[in-house]
Amino acid sequence: MRPIALRDGADLDGFRRAVRRLAAARTAPEAVLWSVGAPSLFGDDAPTPDEGAPVLLPQAVGRLIETVVCHGDPERYALLYRLVWRVLNGERALLDQHADPLVHRLERLNKAVRRDIHKMHAFLRFRALPDPGGGERYVAWFEPDHHIVEAVAPFFVERFESMVWTILTPKGSLHWDRHRLMTGPPAERPDSLADDRFAEGWQRYYESTFNPARVNPTAMRAEMPQKYWANMPETAAIPALVRAAPARVQAMLEAEAAIPRRRMPEKAVAAMGRQAPDSLADLNRLILRSEPLVPGATRAVLGEGTEGAAIAIVGEQPGDQEDRDGRPFVGPAGQLLTAALEEAGIERGGLYLTNAVKHFKFVQRGKRRIHQSPTAGEVKHYRWWLMTELGFVRPRLVVALGATAALALTGRPVAVLRERGPMAFDGWNGFVTVHPSYLLRLPGEEERRRAQADFVADLRRAAALA
Amino acid sequence: MDDALIEKLGILADAAKYDASCASSGAKPRRGGKEGLGSTTGAGICHAYTPDGRCVSLLKILLTNHCLFDCVYCINRRSSNVRRARFTVEEVVKLTLGFYKRNCIEGLFLSSGIIRSPDHTMEQMMLVARTLRRDHGFAGYIHLKTIPEASPWLIEQAGLWADRLSINLELPTDHSLKTFAPEKNGGTIKAVMGQVNERIVEAKEERRRFSPAGQSTQLIVGADDATDRSVLETSGTLYQRYGLRRVYYSAFSPIPEASSVLPVKPPPLQRENRLYQADWLLRYYGFTVEEIASGGEGGMLDLGIDPKLAWALKNRERFPVDVNRADREMLLRVPGLGARAVDKILSARRHTRLRMEDLGRLSNGLRRARPFLIAADYHPVGGLTDRLDLRQRLVTPSSQLSLF
Repeated sequence: MRPIALRDGADLDGFRRAVRRLAAARTAPEAVLWSVGAPSLFGDDAPTPDEGAPVLLPQAVGRLIETVVCHGDPERYALLYRLVWRVLNGERALLDQHADPLVHRLERLNKAVRRDIHKMHAFLRFRALPDPGGGERYVAWFEPDHHIVEAVAPFFVERFESMVWTILTPKGSLHWDRHRLMTGPPAERPDSLADDRFAEGWQRYYESTFNPARVNPTAMRAEMPQKYWANMPETAAIPALVRAAPARVQAMLEAEAAIPRRRMPEKAVAAMGRQAPDSLADLNRLILRSEPLVPGATRAVLGEGTEGAAIAIVGEQPGDQEDRDGRPFVGPAGQLLTAALEEAGIERGGLYLTNAVKHFKFVQRGKRRIHQSPTAGEVKHYRWWLMTELGFVRPRLVVALGATAALALTGRPVAVLRERGPMAFDGWNGFVTVHPSYLLRLPGEEERRRAQADFVADLRRAAALA
Repeated sequence: MDDALIEKLGILADAAKYDASCASSGAKPRRGGKEGLGSTTGAGICHAYTPDGRCVSLLKILLTNHCLFDCVYCINRRSSNVRRARFTVEEVVKLTLGFYKRNCIEGLFLSSGIIRSPDHTMEQMMLVARTLRRDHGFAGYIHLKTIPEASPWLIEQAGLWADRLSINLELPTDHSLKTFAPEKNGGTIKAVMGQVNERIVEAKEERRRFSPAGQSTQLIVGADDATDRSVLETSGTLYQRYGLRRVYYSAFSPIPEASSVLPVKPPPLQRENRLYQADWLLRYYGFTVEEIASGGEGGMLDLGIDPKLAWALKNRERFPVDVNRADREMLLRVPGLGARAVDKILSARRHTRLRMEDLGRLSNGLRRARPFLIAADYHPVGGLTDRLDLRQRLVTPSSQLSLF
């Protein structure tokens, strides 16, 4: 017989080292005598020189071991080693054989530990205590069935990283100071963990959210066994709630149907209808108040021009310059548009200018803010604003500059160079042409001149249509 | 937290308790980090159970129980005489953070009666979510019940902050809606579902956040005369057309201050349970509404047995099923075998021919499954599935619930 003694609790390291040594020596499970609670054979954490090479196990086996070592069953290490032995000796896929008695038993241990962990995540309650530093310190007492204190730590650290907290249990304790996790020895139940008014409020919430017409304490106890109740302030209310339930239901059933109080609902309901923005100024206030729907955006850039303008021009989105000035079409592309309008004999001041997307979408590269095209989804997301806006401006013609504007106005992708010209928009007479920034990007001088002439010709045609 | 706030909490939690959903699952993993608060793990945690057996996962409250609408099934309708209260945005934020820090909840489920206008109400709810997320770095779960009559832009703003949006249909047919909820409009509700679904799909494709845990709805069962079949048909449509994550069924429950239009007796709670079981068959077991409904009579599910067993008893010619040979689809139709057990069977049978003893370790529902199965060492003799008393043999005698 080969005696192996492991530390109290979940001695994963000790078990791992033992497995290496046993596997290296090809010791069969029957020849090992496991014991728990004695001082470790290996000293505390110092690896011993005769430790065997790491043993390669399927990931699922590794995960199962990590959980099952937390179980309180003194047989757990013997069972786990039998599993390891069989996996190493020709049964690599043993864990798939859920009907195998050993696998079945280990799965049950695994489930019990996982349930215990889950219940600790769920039923642990922090109490807030004043901290000498002026803040708050959160303390909890919990009694887990298994050795799971270290296994639950990551959950609480992740969830309550910004708080200072302590969890005390008879199996060990945890302390988090916002930077470091410290583990400590088993603790005694604290004499009193004073409840604050939040605990009182929580109890009131718990009572109020219970529906007496559905009373079912059996279902409650199945999920929340009584052994957890001592730790949870709200459960003090349970006996009274259950006792009073039948009478409360009876009273509801016997009560006469309620006679409504006299009110003037017509006025109130009619008022409900008047909630849509009723002017362009009102709409613009809403736009300014709303969250950008594109990343990077800083502020909304509103449309500009007069209501009732014959032509509304819709661009893509504000650029860097527009975002800084808070006005549409003032950057390089805007200047190009102004020049083209002039050439076409159209006065910019007589138009309504706006963008399909109201915010500048960009990524920051060092000091530069690099323009990003809005995605189709983002464009559609802004559609309600644009359509409502056009509803107030009521132009005779809506000119879409480029693919993004055309997508916003038609709801479908438009190939601008092929489809430029008049087009019916959703409820509007429309016209599609290129975006001036397209002209800025053309490489050749000659090409650019030609494209610019086409753009001016488009603007003239549009003006004639309006 | 002072007395007044505790008092309000009592009123506005009581007013919210008829909403069935308290789920906090399906959110993308997220954490608040050093400056924020909280996390979501995807699975959701039930932090307590009330004596009605339902879980408490979220702080489920109304922003206010004042309401302009007069839906007869609702305790908060304008003609009801209940006590009224109203939270401020800051109060809801404070309560959520306070309870979350004490590990009482996974997050917030905020609903509201309609005050002043649907837009005003929706904006207040959206502001709660925005304040939690932006000013407090709150990374817990947020479920907002939208006001379908609110402007599209507001519902879309809400989707930027919430993990889940829900739009309660409440009644399965347009006719019932007209009768019981005169100010509601089924068309508006479905239009919002369509709009929200569109945004969710786009955001998923473009890897943006928009109501990442999807949308859900609730149907009240037993207030009107709709059959289970029409309830399930409505659910089927909602799943298919609007990509809903969940449909919740809430058995109409007696309320104080009830309207005279309502039925006097509530429907049996078992009906709600059967609908949930049917809903699972619809979503995870490959059943059609027609198949499920055919297990009952007159469009109603059998209250005595679960819908899968009901279907199997009416389709006995398709059984017994050989657990060592049958495909997944057919195994899923065996009463007593759940999806997890079926997956275990499929993986275990690659290594061995399964015997009854093995199956006992793979499934907890073997008693019910036995007559419908063939295993390596077991073949139901004389066609057990033909025996007339099979239903009786499989039904667990119902027992009175014990009270303290």
